Amino acid sequence: MTIPPPIAMLAELTHRCPLACAYCSNPLELLVAKTELGTDIWTRVFREAAALGILQVHLSGGEPASRRDLEQLTAAASEAGLYTNLITSGIGLTRARLEALMAAGLDHVQLSLQGTTAKVADFIGGYKGGFDRKMAVAADIDALGIPLTLNAVMHRTNIADLPATFDMALTLNARRIEVACVQFQGWALKNRSALQPTRDQVETAKRVVAEATERLRGRLVIDFVPPDYYADYPKACMGGWGSTGLNVAPDGRVLPCHAAETIPHLTFPNVLDTGLAEIWNDSQAFNAFRGTAWLPDACRSCSRVTRDFGGCRCQAMALAGDPFAMDPVCKHSPHRAKVDALLAEDAPDGWTYRRMAAARP
Amino acid sequence: MTDDRVFFLPRGIRMRWDSVRQTQVLLGPERALMLDEIGHAVMAEVDGAASVAVIASRLAKKFEAPAEVILPDVAEFLDGLLAKRLLEVRS
Ligand code: SF4
Ligand code: SF4
Repeated sequence: MTIPPPIAMLAELTHRCPLACAYCSNPLELLVAKTELGTDIWTRVFREAAALGILQVHLSGGEPASRRDLEQLTAAASEAGLYTNLITSGIGLTRARLEALMAAGLDHVQLSLQGTTAKVADFIGGYKGGFDRKMAVAADIDALGIPLTLNAVMHRTNIADLPATFDMALTLNARRIEVACVQFQGWALKNRSALQPTRDQVETAKRVVAEATERLRGRLVIDFVPPDYYADYPKACMGGWGSTGLNVAPDGRVLPCHAAETIPHLTFPNVLDTGLAEIWNDSQAFNAFRGTAWLPDACRSCSRVTRDFGGCRCQAMALAGDPFAMDPVCKHSPHRAKVDALLAEDAPDGWTYRRMAAARP
Repeated sequence: MTDDRVFFLPRGIRMRWDSVRQTQVLLGPERALMLDEIGHAVMAEVDGAASVAVIASRLAKKFEAPAEVILPDVAEFLDGLLAKRLLEVRS
């Protein structure tokens, strides 16, 4: 059986980031700068990606602007023929760098939005002055006419500001906004109970999104990711394991999704010694959960299986302790009670900011 | 019925040949739309100058079909892309 080629690649250029969002989906074990792939390796990976059939690359992190060669990397991706999207907090970008990125062929910017006021945003990002810097960068992006998507991760602390979030998208001339309720992976999982919105908050958010979608049709595209803990059925992770995309970690390991490291059964190939096509087609990690044959019977005989493929493998690992289990969010899961118990937990007052561990000697 | 709207590809949206899948694709933020032959024939006429009516009449000639039959289909296809902001319009 031939495996259809991937469409998108998430290139995690670095784990370095001036911000410290408690909702960050990066792994707890952040990689330090000296483990990062060099410009030449990324350039080769972009060419391999295009040859494999990848159409879009998301230049991400951490904060990709923390890499001084971001302009060169963008040019390399663009020259390989890839559609280039920069996923950034804006910190570290200047007008001059934006102009250089444009000249390098950057197609689109996706700017994260921690909150709609300096007070809230800087508290969430754990970085004082970050909001003002971001607004200055957003103004430059607009002035240069670079197509912009805002990405707002919503959680207990900022979900009530959703209407202001849409207003901000219009003010900044964004064409698109992604409103994603926090997904519990990496640091977000560590901070789950502090971030988990309440059921009422989620219901209100859904109404606000539906109303805004109607009102702003043709002006602003709204993509909404509801939180799955309150749902009856899970979401398909990445459109099905090993079916549409792949992630390259800062050190060159290739993952089927950005939380895949939490599954101990998997070994991840590295672009340093294996070609991307071989990784995609032949590696154990990518083949582990392809198709549906490995799923429990209850899923294989379920009519939703072609839509959700039994849900998220990392969530099955995290909550059921078994990556082959049905996603515990599903109402048919024997572990659903665990999800409900988590929802019933009280929210603590604080959270742990995402920071690199102090350098080991 | 006529349709004088002029569609164009805004910055950030590109159409290109995908040599791996042997098809034309329309690329935008978080979107990759594989175009079929008809979709591509329409998109190939979207040049920021021709109106929907003009595009429909050109395609009518090309496919030897009546323009009034083609026009609503062309408009619907373009409106779909407009709603996704993969196209913009100036009137
Ligand atoms: S979520 Fe926050 S901390 Fe994590 S990479 Fe993005 S900006 Fe940095
Ligand atoms: S039983 Fe399995 S396939 Fe059916 S909805 Fe639940 S997780 Fe999805």
